[in-house]
Amino acid sequence: MPASDPSSLEEHQLLVALRAGDERAFVELVERHHAAMVRLATAYVGSEALAEEVVQDAWSAVVQGIDRFEGRSSLKTWLFTIVKNRASTTFVRERRSAPLSSLGSEDEETGPTVAADRFCSSSDPSLDGEWAAPPRPWEDAGRRLLALELREELRRALEDLPRRQQMVVGLRDVEGLDASEVCDLLDLSEANQRVLLHRGRARLRQALEEVFDHAPQPA
Amino acid sequence: MPEPAADLTCREIVELVTGYLERTLPEGQRRRFEEHRELCPDCQTYLTQMRHTADTLGELREESLTPGQRGQLLAAFRGWRPSDQTECAANLSPR
Repeated sequence: MPASDPSSLEEHQLLVALRAGDERAFVELVERHHAAMVRLATAYVGSEALAEEVVQDAWSAVVQGIDRFEGRSSLKTWLFTIVKNRASTTFVRERRSAPLSSLGSEDEETGPTVAADRFCSSSDPSLDGEWAAPPRPWEDAGRRLLALELREELRRALEDLPRRQQMVVGLRDVEGLDASEVCDLLDLSEANQRVLLHRGRARLRQALEEVFDHAPQPA
Repeated sequence: MPEPAADLTCREIVELVTGYLERTLPEGQRRRFEEHRELCPDCQTYLTQMRHTADTLGELREESLTPGQRGQLLAAFRGWRPSDQTECAANLSPR
């Protein structure tokens, strides 16, 4: 049986190869997941340098524990859970920074996610609450032309989000984890997770809207 | 007899968008959301834009590792391999 090319392996084949000690499988796995694991670890321990140590530990645990992965969760979720456990250990040992869960206050925003003045305030109930400054549609052509700027702006705006909103949006929308996985990783209730997702996405939508609003109009 | 439901305002709709996309709105509220959306192009636009935002976020995934990081991790990997894996990788046949 010819050796599989790790660069095109599906997760399962990657694991089989990794169990057999295939270095290329390890490199492939690292290429796919290391950056995201560092971002997750940074949220837990506060510094990227410490996060790199945490993730190094995590990879060690992954390689040595590869036989214990039962495939009940996705591989990515398993990796992230190992990072979370390693980060908790590091946090306790280092007492360096506030754990994610204690950063609640900055995220306890309440109130509308769209500026109130974008809606009519009227004593006439048939007018009250209607759009006063409605969103203008993003034309497909515009989205294509501005694709690079939109991604850049999104990256910038994502980093500016309050930390828990950033983590939820990052794990759900960037990394593609599902709601229950994110709740487990971040110790959030479903409702809380949804509020953070909502608030984060609303801010990011607005950031993108500003790109469109400031783009030169087509001739 | 169906109970009269107050129409949702646009101001309320924008706060329900994520619940709608996550399919966590209670049934009655979901119906009212969809009824409003069918009649309100502005709210449909807002919903579409929230979807586009989530989709564009999915395009941000980066897996860039510096050669130094890669080399370091690979060197470490060679030290971590379980003790029964002593043959070099190229000699191992698939199980």
